[in-house]
Amino acid sequence: MKISQKRIVTAYVFLAIPLVFYIVVRFYPMIYSFWLSFTNWRLISPKKDFVGFDNFVKLFKDKVFMTSLWNTIKYVVYGVPLVIVLSLFLAATLNKVRHLQWFYRLLYVMPYITPLVVVSWVWRWIYQRPPAGVLNNILMAFGFDAQPFLSSMNQSLPAIVVTTVWVNLGYCIIIYLAGLQTIPQEYQEAAKIDGATSRQSFFKITLPLLNPITVFLVVTQSITFLRIFTQVYNMTDQGSGGPLNATKPLVLYIYQKAFRSFDMGLASSATVILFMLIMGITLLQLLVLNKRVQY
Amino acid sequence: MNRTDRKTSVIAYIFLTIFAIVMVFPFVWMFSSSFKTSEEVYEMSLIPDEPTVENYEYIFNYSLFPRWFLNSMIVAVVTTISVLFFDSLVGYTLAKYTFPGKNIIFILILSTLMIPTEMLVIPWYIMVRQLGWMETYWSIMFPGMISAFGVFLMRQFMSTIPDYLIDAARIDGVSEFGIFIRIVMPLVKPALATLAIFNFVGNWNAFLWPLIVAQTPKMYTLPVGLSYFSSENLTSWELIMTGAAVSTIPLIIFFIIFQKQIVKGIAMSGLKG
Repeated sequence: MKISQKRIVTAYVFLAIPLVFYIVVRFYPMIYSFWLSFTNWRLISPKKDFVGFDNFVKLFKDKVFMTSLWNTIKYVVYGVPLVIVLSLFLAATLNKVRHLQWFYRLLYVMPYITPLVVVSWVWRWIYQRPPAGVLNNILMAFGFDAQPFLSSMNQSLPAIVVTTVWVNLGYCIIIYLAGLQTIPQEYQEAAKIDGATSRQSFFKITLPLLNPITVFLVVTQSITFLRIFTQVYNMTDQGSGGPLNATKPLVLYIYQKAFRSFDMGLASSATVILFMLIMGITLLQLLVLNKRVQY
Repeated sequence: MNRTDRKTSVIAYIFLTIFAIVMVFPFVWMFSSSFKTSEEVYEMSLIPDEPTVENYEYIFNYSLFPRWFLNSMIVAVVTTISVLFFDSLVGYTLAKYTFPGKNIIFILILSTLMIPTEMLVIPWYIMVRQLGWMETYWSIMFPGMISAFGVFLMRQFMSTIPDYLIDAARIDGVSEFGIFIRIVMPLVKPALATLAIFNFVGNWNAFLWPLIVAQTPKMYTLPVGLSYFSSENLTSWELIMTGAAVSTIPLIIFFIIFQKQIVKGIAMSGLKG
């Protein structure tokens, strides 16, 4: 055997276990999921008939599904702009100061590495009604009315958004900060000599140069918010996504259908819809990312 | 520094500090509540009037938290070791060997990054039931034994290793696997550290999959245990906060030790994507 042939064999030997892993644990389950979405299978019954698009029709007729789909969109639409604007603002501010930069960065990123279950329960405690909830006590000390937060139909979803933004902020700040540090100082200085205010140079120079990073963050954050589950499961009563489904996202709907009602076919159809939403956003990124700004 | 510069930087520090307080306060409140008695937990005192460690004694002696801690440790350590080994091996093979199908394999592995876990949990669950893996550590660990992100990361690092080092080792008669273990692995230690930290934290914090497969309390991981424990003790916030604190302390220690690599790793994961 020639040396090059021997190397080829070695390469395949090295890849053998990982390839089996990828086929068995990633690709096969994915195809299986697609197939399940066209069946009426419930875990407990042997019946597993092909039913075409019946599950999808059923989903779109199901009020709870539509509510959870709508809630998921709300999570994305409220959460993503908030986390992007806040993190850009904080990163730009952090980039200006000379001292203690690492210290602030450290504090900002702590929530991101903390277990989400911990975060959820701590915030659930903070959001409690008076006299227990510390946030309501702070509000009342400043002369505001106490708020129901998690037990309210209107406030519970935004309250969970705030917690999630609090978690993801540090991640976005670090990525923006890394981007800001690649922008040459000369650009800002040249703009200053030309008489640009610092606001002008931020909006006309810094922001366009950060465009690729902003697109990347919008996409990853959108996917994070689309997949929201742990917070809602832990911050609402008995993980129900309540009150009255007001906070229930798609993944919680899937979880309940699959592992509470064991309706595997229907739950798989809902995962296919989630997958298509994620794919859509990812493809959008590829389209937008091709436009780069250069000076 | 002129006066306007100084003024803007004072304002900057004020903003940064306000946000720093918002970021840290929930942690402070968690620890503060965990040292309070069941009566005082409803008081707004930041420092407990009568600090007590009773909650911690309860958590360690009368709950399954120690067991969950152990479970989480086993799951996080084993998956991390596996990911380090296999991701490096795949990354190395894809970076340094020429063989038919190389690009297709790389693209296929990368494409799995787009598959959301939520889509896979139902088939995984059916697999676990059919193969009789229920109530084993393996059932919790197996989906995370290799990570696509790690393969991508390691391939990048492996391609920076000069070929002559590998060729020199071959001439010296070192076996192909020996080259990987003894020559290549030590050269990519910084990348391994980043990957290890990320993988450990990710597995320590994972919730959805462990919630699905761990069905008896003795198999819960810390997040799953904390979730059930808290819903069962809804009125004892001092105990919930103690459980939360116990689940967070290892991460805080971990974070203090590895903060530089963590920050670098996050920046890398973002900019390469």
